[in-house]
Amino acid sequence: MTRGIRVPAAFEPAGKRPRRAGSFALRFWSVRHASLLERLYAAFERVLTASAPLLGWIGYERLERPVAAAERLVKGALFDCRMCGRCILSSTGMSCPMNCPKGMRNGPCGGVRPDGHCEIYAEMPCVWVEAWKGAQAMRGGGAIEQVQPPVDHRLKGRSSWLDVARGARSGSGTLPS
Amino acid sequence: MSARIVHPADFAEPGAPLAELPGHVSSGRLERVLRRGEFAVTAELSPPDSADPQDVYNRAAAFDGWVDSINATDGSGANCHMSSVAICALLTRVGYSPILQISCRDHNRIAIQGNVLGAAAMGVCNVLCLTGDGVQSGDHPEAKPVFDLDSISLLAVIKRMRDEQRFLSGRRITSPPRLFLGAAENPFAPPCDFRPLRLAKKVEAGAQFIQTQYCFDVPMLRDFMAKVREMGLDRQCFILAGVGPLPSARTARWMRANVPGVHIPDSVIARLEGAADQRAEGKRLCIDIIREVREIPGIAGVHVMAYRQEEYVAEIVHDSGILEGRAPWRRDLNGPSAPPG
Repeated sequence: MTRGIRVPAAFEPAGKRPRRAGSFALRFWSVRHASLLERLYAAFERVLTASAPLLGWIGYERLERPVAAAERLVKGALFDCRMCGRCILSSTGMSCPMNCPKGMRNGPCGGVRPDGHCEIYAEMPCVWVEAWKGAQAMRGGGAIEQVQPPVDHRLKGRSSWLDVARGARSGSGTLPS
Repeated sequence: MSARIVHPADFAEPGAPLAELPGHVSSGRLERVLRRGEFAVTAELSPPDSADPQDVYNRAAAFDGWVDSINATDGSGANCHMSSVAICALLTRVGYSPILQISCRDHNRIAIQGNVLGAAAMGVCNVLCLTGDGVQSGDHPEAKPVFDLDSISLLAVIKRMRDEQRFLSGRRITSPPRLFLGAAENPFAPPCDFRPLRLAKKVEAGAQFIQTQYCFDVPMLRDFMAKVREMGLDRQCFILAGVGPLPSARTARWMRANVPGVHIPDSVIARLEGAADQRAEGKRLCIDIIREVREIPGIAGVHVMAYRQEEYVAEIVHDSGILEGRAPWRRDLNGPSAPPG
């Protein structure tokens, strides 16, 4: 195997390394507690939708930067979120698909190693093997079977929470977003 | 020639496309073979590292008369080779039925849709939609990985181009690409219980035929197919099992360790190691596997990947008897009157 320069994944921000299986990372905790997070986010979604008039009054564009920053902080810690702007964590067992070096949004590639690790980063558990585990613990885990459209790259870095509040996207099955 | 079954309607002069039969989405021979219920054979052509078209023709000649369609790989293993579109265009010029492989690694949605139209214009009737290996596994690990689409969204995009006559943007296509859509699946990689669901997603997105990763573990494929039949997917798509000869136990070990997604059980390596002539044993093993997978309900054909052993494909197809006397198209038998009937 070649050693040397690491080539970052398609969506990997500078400074974020692939997570080792053995290391402590909230990302793995989140998948193990996918069911709890699912309930939390369902409640959060209701709050977001309910506060839509207030948010609209303040102005969505004015809120974009602070809310996106908060979202990056919270979801970055919990999921290693890459801020793709089209969050589908509820359909992916609370395992962020943008951590996949190929950015696969519709399931695992054919290269997953026998131990369930990534074909590219041997030390990192496959995002989709994790997603499958998480989905099985979730009530709405069946959403993993939905075909996901490609990412809209214009949304990168933007808050998907505000999108939900705005009603720009359907709520259940797409949150946390 | 001992072949008895010939379909003269499948023979036509190169450049003169076949008619699209009722209920078909393409005018290609692969779709015809599969829809007739015949056991299909496809093979993988390893693309040359050259700009000489003769290199492509020489490689295709090894399969002539033995396969129904030829896969032209698209930078497989993330290594640089002649492009799949160009190989397909060369092959259709002389009458072959190629399968255009599209990997999402190197092109974004604009380039891919353009290539799909171009390939269809050049007479390509089949497309295999792949995500592609990571750039890290190839000869240009410093390249920018694109992955704008993944295999499933790619299927959906091309299906839309064909059936709705629209680009992903919604803009209208005046003459849509008539393409038989395929995808890959790996029944041998974890998470194994997710794999049939993923196949269902691919079918939903538009896959009409499936070529699997190398099968060296027939019981595992049987389990996968049992689930696939339970879900009724075998009636919604044609599944071709991936097979190929292993040249030696050493290569098998190397492939297992270095080629992503290839699962080779210890028993296979032991069988090769115990043989006096490992290459011959690898060929026999491949034939045995073909005969076994042929018996699995829902398997509609085989996809032979004989990397650097292309010259054995004819022999493997012949000895396994899977064509059952059927004679696929041959370059020297062009024209409806030519084939012996």
